[in-house]
Amino acid sequence: MTENRSLMQRLFEPTSLERQAPAAKAVTYALLFIWSLVVLVPLYWVFITSFKNEGDVANGPFYLPFIDFQPKSDAWRFMLLENNTLGPYLNSVVVALGSTALALLIGSLAAYALVRIRFRVKLAMVAIFLILLVAVIVSVVTFGLPWPIAVAVAVALFILALFTVGRRMKAALGNSDVEFWIISNRIMPPIVAVLPIYVMFQNLRLLDTQFALIITYTAVNLPIVVWLTRDFFAGIPLDLEESAEIDGASKLRVFFTIALPLVRSGLVATFLLILILAWNEYLLALFLTNADAQTMPVLVSAQNQTRGPQWWNMSVLIVVMIAPVVVIAALLQKHIARGLLVGAVKG
Amino acid sequence: MTVAAASVVDSTPRPGLAERFDRHAGRFMVLPAVIVLLCFAIFPLIISAYLSLSRFALAPGGFTLKFVGLLNFRKLLTGSQQYHLLGKFMPFSPFAWALVTVTALVILYVLGRYLFSGRATVFGTIGRLITAALLMAIALLFAATTFSGGVPGTMVTTLIYVIAGVSAQFLLGLGIALLCAQAIRGRNFFRVLFFVPLMVTPVGIAYTFRMLADMQKGPFAPIVQAFHVGEWSWATEAWSARLMVMVGDTWQWTPFMFIVLLAAIENQPRDQVEAARIDGANGLQIFRDITWPAIAPVAATIVLIRLIEAFKIIDLPNVLTGGGPGLATESMTLHSFIAWRTQDLGGSAAVGYMLLFVSTIVCVSFFNFVVRPARRLES
Repeated sequence: MTENRSLMQRLFEPTSLERQAPAAKAVTYALLFIWSLVVLVPLYWVFITSFKNEGDVANGPFYLPFIDFQPKSDAWRFMLLENNTLGPYLNSVVVALGSTALALLIGSLAAYALVRIRFRVKLAMVAIFLILLVAVIVSVVTFGLPWPIAVAVAVALFILALFTVGRRMKAALGNSDVEFWIISNRIMPPIVAVLPIYVMFQNLRLLDTQFALIITYTAVNLPIVVWLTRDFFAGIPLDLEESAEIDGASKLRVFFTIALPLVRSGLVATFLLILILAWNEYLLALFLTNADAQTMPVLVSAQNQTRGPQWWNMSVLIVVMIAPVVVIAALLQKHIARGLLVGAVKG
Repeated sequence: MTVAAASVVDSTPRPGLAERFDRHAGRFMVLPAVIVLLCFAIFPLIISAYLSLSRFALAPGGFTLKFVGLLNFRKLLTGSQQYHLLGKFMPFSPFAWALVTVTALVILYVLGRYLFSGRATVFGTIGRLITAALLMAIALLFAATTFSGGVPGTMVTTLIYVIAGVSAQFLLGLGIALLCAQAIRGRNFFRVLFFVPLMVTPVGIAYTFRMLADMQKGPFAPIVQAFHVGEWSWATEAWSARLMVMVGDTWQWTPFMFIVLLAAIENQPRDQVEAARIDGANGLQIFRDITWPAIAPVAATIVLIRLIEAFKIIDLPNVLTGGGPGLATESMTLHSFIAWRTQDLGGSAAVGYMLLFVSTIVCVSFFNFVVRPARRLES
């Protein structure tokens, strides 16, 4: 069969169902090669710039170390030894890991409960809660009522309503409504919430601390955790959990010893995605930190000094920021695709 | 399961503390999440709403807040800040008229078809009317600014980033995923390599692209100078500056689309693809009839995720161009940030709320009218 094929046929027709025609294969590899360049060139340029000094950049462009220019470790030495890079770096590590772990714990607890236990939240109580919240804020801000009094009155009114109005009202929100509410919080742009959060931490004297960033990032990333993990939990069979409950295990114990281990790979994917988001976050860190709790993205953007951007120093920072995440992600990369896929298919 | 739990509880005459806790375990499990979201989403949202309705001023020993009603919003939509948010309007060009007419006709057709389909509900109609109103407003805004030679404000700029950026990321991600899904060598290598840009901090990307786009000292300087355009700078022209922001954004987020779409394509029914091949279907037919229906729900969902995030863009324009030249690359989040820096807290909150309205309506509409039908397509 292959004997009688013309040159054109040989180029453009596949030899078997599994294989591609040679021409198509060449085009495929060419396109993949081009995209590899698109990905690699910026990274390469940052990497070699971190080994240049001011002169190398000013007289450039130089492309190849040892041939075009002599690589120098000045910028590395300056950023790692003289400049305080370690502080922000540790802040970033603590904040990213801490907020990711917390978001994963709180989020998966909530997601599990929403998948397995039926909720009925009285619509009337939600409305009363919101009205009381607005009333408290208005009375404190406009009329200068001391906030402990306002909160105490509101809590008392709420409990009163719980036993009177709450008993009679039938209309209620179900699990999917609660889920939708939690997930929809992600739509809110952080810029809308950041000012009040700033004032809140200022009053609590927690501004410019790692704790403030950890708890804020937890709140911001919580919706994604719930969105992704609810599908993992929905996908595991009920039998194991049921038999454990008949044996007398509490719900919390079932969650930690049976449900969580079953969705391990999904949790890994979620962990990595949230970690990347927390590691790279810029806007909230810009508002909520100053000197003590400054994180890496803020430090990177601060390199744009009056003498003009210090490209070599900046490149060092970018390289040390990317390196650990790239290594972790390369190791766990297969989990990410699978984890996100489950979330996206059923979400 | 609830039945089983209840029977355990019933068999003991007086439930102990641990069991009483367990009976309400569900509430305790959701409670932390609800508290965190109330403190860091709902509470700030209400405070911001209050701020957006008042004027903030520094006073000796603190600050004063004066309730001014909708003044901040009126200033943004029709007053002194209209130029900043919405842009400078010009009389419609023929092209703008065409855009508005086509949009109006499409909206009327879709709405009419829904109303006469016999499945119309009150809530469905209200939702569709809100979506239609926002679409029409966006079309009018584009028509009056970019399509008629006016100056786009931060809202149009944000929408350009969202629409053009997300489309580019989706199409590139899909294309590369389709290439990678073929029987090629080194698939895992490409998969890891193409994933890397997602992990670079957006601030870092902004600086990296400023280095790359340097017309004198950047790596492409010799090529640029060979064409004798070395004097020209992308940062001084509105569209080239906007393009740079979108290039950086696309470089970062295409990997996200790519990685999920690749997993979805690899998940498609193999036997159907092979059967189609044997029957002599070409690549395009296989994509249209088998691959696309299989990946459509995933595709719709990740586009939604990206839409949600794209509205919040600030790092790239802030570092890359500082919002300039003029207002050309300023996103709404950056607009709000700049207003905050100039102590205009009410204006800042009002811009934030405008962004919240637009992005909520767009994202919820997208969920209802694209993601849901796409999921039904699969089942």
